[in-house]
Amino acid sequence: MTQHIPTILIRGARLPDGTSTDVLVADGHVAETGTGISNAKAQIIDADGLTLLPGLVDLHTHLREPGFEQSETVLTGSRAAAMGGFTAVFAMANTSPVADTAGVVEQVASLGVRHGYATVRPIGAVTMGLEGERLSEIGAMAQSRAAVGVFSDDGKCVHDALLMRRALEYVKTFDGVIAQHAQEPRLTEGAQMNEGALSGELGLGGWPAVAEESIIARDVLLAQHVGARLHICHVSTAGSVEVIRWAKARGIAVTAEVTPHHLLLTEDLVRGYDSRYKVNPPLRRNEDVLALRAGLADGTIDIVATDHAPHPLEAKECSWAEAAFGMVGLESALSVVQTAVVDSGQLEWSDVARVLSSAPAAIGRLDGYAEPFGIGNTANFTLYDPTASRVFGPEHLHGKGVNSPYLNRTLPGQVQATIHNGYATVLDGELVAADTVAEYARIVQNARLSRG
Amino acid sequence: MRHLLSTRDLDHTEAVAILDVAEDMADVAHREIKKLPTLRGKTVINLFFEDSTRTRTSFELAAKRLSADLVTFSAKGSSVSKGESLKDTAQTLAAMGADAVVIRHSASGAAHTLAGSGWINAPVLNAGDGTHEHPTQALLDAFTMRRRLHGAASRGKDLNGLNVTIVGDILHSRVARSNVWLLTTLGAHVNLVAPATLLPADTSTWPVTIEFDLDTAISANPDVVMMLRIQAERMNAAFFPNAREYSRQWGLDEERLRRLRPDTMVMHPGPMNRGLEISANAADSARSTVLEQVANGVSIRMAVLYLLLSGDREASV
Repeated sequence: MTQHIPTILIRGARLPDGTSTDVLVADGHVAETGTGISNAKAQIIDADGLTLLPGLVDLHTHLREPGFEQSETVLTGSRAAAMGGFTAVFAMANTSPVADTAGVVEQVASLGVRHGYATVRPIGAVTMGLEGERLSEIGAMAQSRAAVGVFSDDGKCVHDALLMRRALEYVKTFDGVIAQHAQEPRLTEGAQMNEGALSGELGLGGWPAVAEESIIARDVLLAQHVGARLHICHVSTAGSVEVIRWAKARGIAVTAEVTPHHLLLTEDLVRGYDSRYKVNPPLRRNEDVLALRAGLADGTIDIVATDHAPHPLEAKECSWAEAAFGMVGLESALSVVQTAVVDSGQLEWSDVARVLSSAPAAIGRLDGYAEPFGIGNTANFTLYDPTASRVFGPEHLHGKGVNSPYLNRTLPGQVQATIHNGYATVLDGELVAADTVAEYARIVQNARLSRG
Repeated sequence: MRHLLSTRDLDHTEAVAILDVAEDMADVAHREIKKLPTLRGKTVINLFFEDSTRTRTSFELAAKRLSADLVTFSAKGSSVSKGESLKDTAQTLAAMGADAVVIRHSASGAAHTLAGSGWINAPVLNAGDGTHEHPTQALLDAFTMRRRLHGAASRGKDLNGLNVTIVGDILHSRVARSNVWLLTTLGAHVNLVAPATLLPADTSTWPVTIEFDLDTAISANPDVVMMLRIQAERMNAAFFPNAREYSRQWGLDEERLRRLRPDTMVMHPGPMNRGLEISANAADSARSTVLEQVANGVSIRMAVLYLLLSGDREASV
């Protein structure tokens, strides 16, 4: 049995800063960069015309395991992640059992290590059972083998002000961050779509922007008061961008994410009652989309995160009110970011590398993403062809869910290769076989253990 | 007409055409034998996921007067209440050979979902979907107004210049929504009167005027006052303080009734809460069209079933 993973030579790739280089990856690390590199043993990847991005990091993924394996598993979700160019995903805590103890988060993390398609970092629940009443075992999860640093009740808002204050203070103890799902529950009872003229016409319960903005306003003030870090999940309204901009100007330690779908899609899609467009927070107005793009461009919004939320078919094949909230997003994320903010000129590829890799890694305290092309660093890369164009279809989805809002839509770009921990998980636009990836992952893990 | 899902999709010509066919159907009710052979051999399914004795009975009578075979499929006590999905129910009905499906559902958009799903190929008739639309109710309301205005000379006419005031729980009313679109299409002006809590948060795209005060609205001398049913459960959700205050502010009491012109129509889609949104005097006055509305409902539903099942099904409505 081989104890080495194949050496890879990436030839002629364009870096996010616009320069071209070869990259030699050996034993999982960046061995050499520059032009004219040759290596007789290496597997050559011709990257002419391709953009070499650092491995993408998703701070907001629902892998559904344990408990909802009919929707997704760590294996299927991380395969979808690899196809989208991701090398690390943060798995949300709303599983069954909930990720509120060390045992659950260690199980999820170890599944990620075993399958090897992406680094899986579990997110711990803020409260036991996501019930918003008592703090979960935050310290135990932080100090477990899963080393949890991000805590969230995502899907539910930590709406009790005192509990939120305590949570912010308590995670500070462990250098953690609370990722808040900002949704005032009373203002969103029966909510089905963005509240506005269209919800009134369609007769669907409104999800008002103020239900998000009021929680963000409260929480940035709490974060300031106790001197803790706060992260806001899936910001969706222009007003939220304003509140966060104000908070950052005051020096409050708040970070924020926007999903690809909130950068591209608007509430008008709800008109036909197609439940693929049902998501929480809901699709908003065009003014909100434009404000979110501007906020991402000027740094008010720090990162893009997918909120990949797979559901089985039957959860969407029903009337709008009965359908589940959520969209899958891992495989389409980079293409949607390209069409929403890169092709429009608002973001450079170096900005994309920041908002989809180094910044989410920094928020989640994930090492190895600060200098992706530095010699000796772990090799996590995505080779992307921004000139490609494809009609997005179910064949482009590799998780269990097909609840994508982009089916039959033409999207730019295509991930050609993904390198995780120095081995390929995607090559020539296709997934590398699961047993091959698992074997590479085992070798990397053994090498790490032997180094101590 | 392919489906009838909402009045928002009806244009002026289509709307007047439905009302005119309903005039023909109304004549049948005065014959000794109240039956036409038009839909003999066609199967109509009444798919009612939500209780509604009135609308269901009205559709049943309409289908029977056209000689269609009719089956009513109620959610209560059926497989639907045992968790069967809309998809499975629809596919089952398709397999049984339904020629048209009349659907009432508590979820807004359920009729749209059924029509666009590919689960069933039959025309879909929306008999009320959540708080979205109730197109046959608006059609029967428009029909009733037209008959009061033009009597036997109604055919071909619309509601041009008519001032209609709709009072009550606009936010949760599918009747109000369907009437807003249809009456506007037919040339009427619609004025909505309600407390701000019972109006949608944003009505800027609605072709209506809005007022909070019923007395001001009555002073403007409307041709039609339509009172909507107020649901008891709204009181528990802070939409208004209590029934007494609602009745005082937005009920059609005797004093307000007196201020209406003798020929002002008082309408109500039923069932009425006498003494809450409408006084007994108003409900039983000569101005009241309540029983005409019920009778006209059968004619309208006959017309729509006829157009969906026997006519040219290419043009989508």
